[in-house]
Amino acid sequence: MSEDWQSYVRRIEELAARSGLDFHPVDFEAVPDSFMMEIAVYGLPVRMPHWSFGVRYIYQLIQRHMGNSRLFEVVFPGNPGHAYLADSNGLAENVLVTAHVLGHADFSKNNLLFQRCQGQVSEHIVEHAANHARQIQQAIEQYGRERVEIVLDAALALEQHIDVDQTLRRQRYPEYLPDPKPLVDDDFRKRFAALDPSAAFNFTEVKKKAPVPPHPERDLLWFIATYAPDMESWERDIFLAVREESFYFYPVFATQIMNEGWASYWHARLLREADFIPQQAYVDAIKCHSDVVRPIAADQQVALSINPYHLGFSMWEKIIEKEGLETARKIMQQDDDFGFVRNYLTRELADELHMFRYSARSDGQVKVLENDLTALHETVIHHKYNFGAPSVSAQHIRVDGTLELVHDHTVDGRGLDLERSRRVLEYVHKVWRRPVILQTVDQQGSGLEIKTS
Amino acid sequence: MEDRGGKSPSGLTKWYELFSRGARDWLRHDEKVRDSVRENLPQIVAGADVINDSTKTVRVPVRMLEHYHFRLRRPEEQQGAGQGAAKPGDVLQGPQRQRGSGEKGPGGQEDGEVQLLLELKIDDIVDWLWEEMQLPNLKARVGPSDETDWVREGWDRRGARSRLDRRRSFKQLVKRRGNPNATPTFTDDDLRFRQLARRKQPAIHAVVFFMLDVSGSMSDRDRKLAKSFFFWVVQGLRREYRSMETVFVAHTTEAWEFTESEFFQVSGTGGTVASTGFAKVREIMDERYNPARCNIYLFYASDGDNSMGDNALARETLRSIAQDACFTGYVEVSSGLSRQLATETGRLYAELAASGMAAGSYALNDYDDVWGAVRHFFTAESKAIES
Repeated sequence: MSEDWQSYVRRIEELAARSGLDFHPVDFEAVPDSFMMEIAVYGLPVRMPHWSFGVRYIYQLIQRHMGNSRLFEVVFPGNPGHAYLADSNGLAENVLVTAHVLGHADFSKNNLLFQRCQGQVSEHIVEHAANHARQIQQAIEQYGRERVEIVLDAALALEQHIDVDQTLRRQRYPEYLPDPKPLVDDDFRKRFAALDPSAAFNFTEVKKKAPVPPHPERDLLWFIATYAPDMESWERDIFLAVREESFYFYPVFATQIMNEGWASYWHARLLREADFIPQQAYVDAIKCHSDVVRPIAADQQVALSINPYHLGFSMWEKIIEKEGLETARKIMQQDDDFGFVRNYLTRELADELHMFRYSARSDGQVKVLENDLTALHETVIHHKYNFGAPSVSAQHIRVDGTLELVHDHTVDGRGLDLERSRRVLEYVHKVWRRPVILQTVDQQGSGLEIKTS
Repeated sequence: MEDRGGKSPSGLTKWYELFSRGARDWLRHDEKVRDSVRENLPQIVAGADVINDSTKTVRVPVRMLEHYHFRLRRPEEQQGAGQGAAKPGDVLQGPQRQRGSGEKGPGGQEDGEVQLLLELKIDDIVDWLWEEMQLPNLKARVGPSDETDWVREGWDRRGARSRLDRRRSFKQLVKRRGNPNATPTFTDDDLRFRQLARRKQPAIHAVVFFMLDVSGSMSDRDRKLAKSFFFWVVQGLRREYRSMETVFVAHTTEAWEFTESEFFQVSGTGGTVASTGFAKVREIMDERYNPARCNIYLFYASDGDNSMGDNALARETLRSIAQDACFTGYVEVSSGLSRQLATETGRLYAELAASGMAAGSYALNDYDDVWGAVRHFFTAESKAIES
């Protein structure tokens, strides 16, 4: 690891602050490639053990061996933020990455979605996650690996099923329906009371129990942890631990285009303005930048996916050029990817970037569709709705404890994959410990019920 | 802010270098795969010619396990966004090439299928099974026998070069010279040769007869079930005997001896006359295997429908075999029908067991039952030995 880079960090930070970036201090740490890969797989430096991470790890390993992916940095927002840099980075890459990280730090401190979620999980998610991992290790020692794994199978399968509009520490539903309005003291009641004063005041209505849930509940992790009839408290804790980590992951997921674009815009700009960097390092860093924001692989004519770095970067460049930095910062604070893409991916820019929509048939044919900006917006963001998961809600708990889940196919446009859903129900069944059923639709759109056996 | 934490003081190992969480969780995944493979071993083994196969391993292709999430069903047509030189109406990819669209489902690694090839040692599997099912380790039945074998017995000053015992010869040299530091020179007197003597050996050979009903009523699946069961029986017995032979007999209204590879291919038509099979086994026993020298086992698989007129004869022949055999077992393979041994042949064996012979039977309806059958026979067998 180059000492040179260390000496640049402070100067880059000063330059960033002068340019209007507003960020919490960041702890930089250079770590081996193998550890970088693990952070990418787990999403957090220390996280609970689960075999599914092992599968992702192997996929990553294969990717790396095929030379497809190289990670320069991973950032964890917070106060202070933590940034891990690959110790195989050269000086130029590190200079670039440092500037990039500061862009992220600015974004995560000022973006409202980040602020709200961070307000819930606190600015110390890295430490919390490590705590969860330790808690779970203790549970493994106490209850055995099999039992803990059963809980994690269910909890992690539902990790996207949270409701970020609710608070992290959410209260149970009110037990009773709201009190009926007090009866108006009208003429009739006065006369009635005059008939028999002792009977008049016994006229209060009995409180009615509220149904659970009072409305379809999409915060499944919370709902199960709170209302499962027969779950042990350590099992509930695991569900809530997974939920807390999901609260942390959500803003990263929902602002990826904006956030990566913002960081890329700033690393390019800070690099241009950093006159203290040696010429060669600058040239190398710019080359590295153009690799990162390249939309299409070097040997190809078209790409069938959008590089969020490139899209975000191009959009921010355009916005700042046209509307100025002040406005750009406002947008950065207030939007998430949904609003950002719909409002600022203009016809002009989409054409400039040669963006198109296509349809891929199941037989493999890929055909380019006609130009339609609104449709393009939706295609770019459609996989981000609801944390990327189908809209499944808890609808009702039957008297015998059966949990009824319902899939809102009108929102998602089609039914669920039945085999996978059945497996998920089996996971859930093992912690709910009563039958679990799920309503969705089949290929023809007619209702269908899946049950645990 | 002064301490950037980027470099550790030289010589200090960072915590994350001490172990890999990814590797730990991967090992757990691997373990789960092996568990699920073990559970399906009866099916896997039924697929190949493995009973006499000299290969000691089974290779099992497996997929990585998927951690399931709720997903939408795959649509006929998927929309995506792309970038590059393309006009509306362009066909970027022709049909046929099997590839998903460019877009991955969120949070998942769709497709990109990676297959693992697990190689399992049969010995390991058997060890695992015996441990898991707490099966008794059989003692080879040592019967009286007139078989003899050469065994080492003592040393002599004369003998063939190949039987020279160097260590002993050297000891003699040292004894004679009394000085270990002098250069050793052997004389003929120092040399010692191992001696062999002919001695009677207890019977440690075994032969296992597998008899299979291949009449029209036996389906392909029935045969596979039987094969899977036979395989594990061979594995279990092989642990106990130094040498073991297998004989395969199939019958309909007649009986034939087959090699293993032919054995499971054979399919006959027509009725079932079990006595022909038993007679064939008896015949082979008389010809080749002397019960005094050899431990004999017979395992018979059938759907149990023996022809009515044959029962008396079958009973008699079976009884004569059972008297000479260590154990006779019967598995009733009737996929679909679970009649639980209420058949002609089932009764035959029940009578045999009731009369105190070493016999047992088990109904095999599904692959899951194979373990039960193996357990049943090996526990019954060990009891038979004890009594």
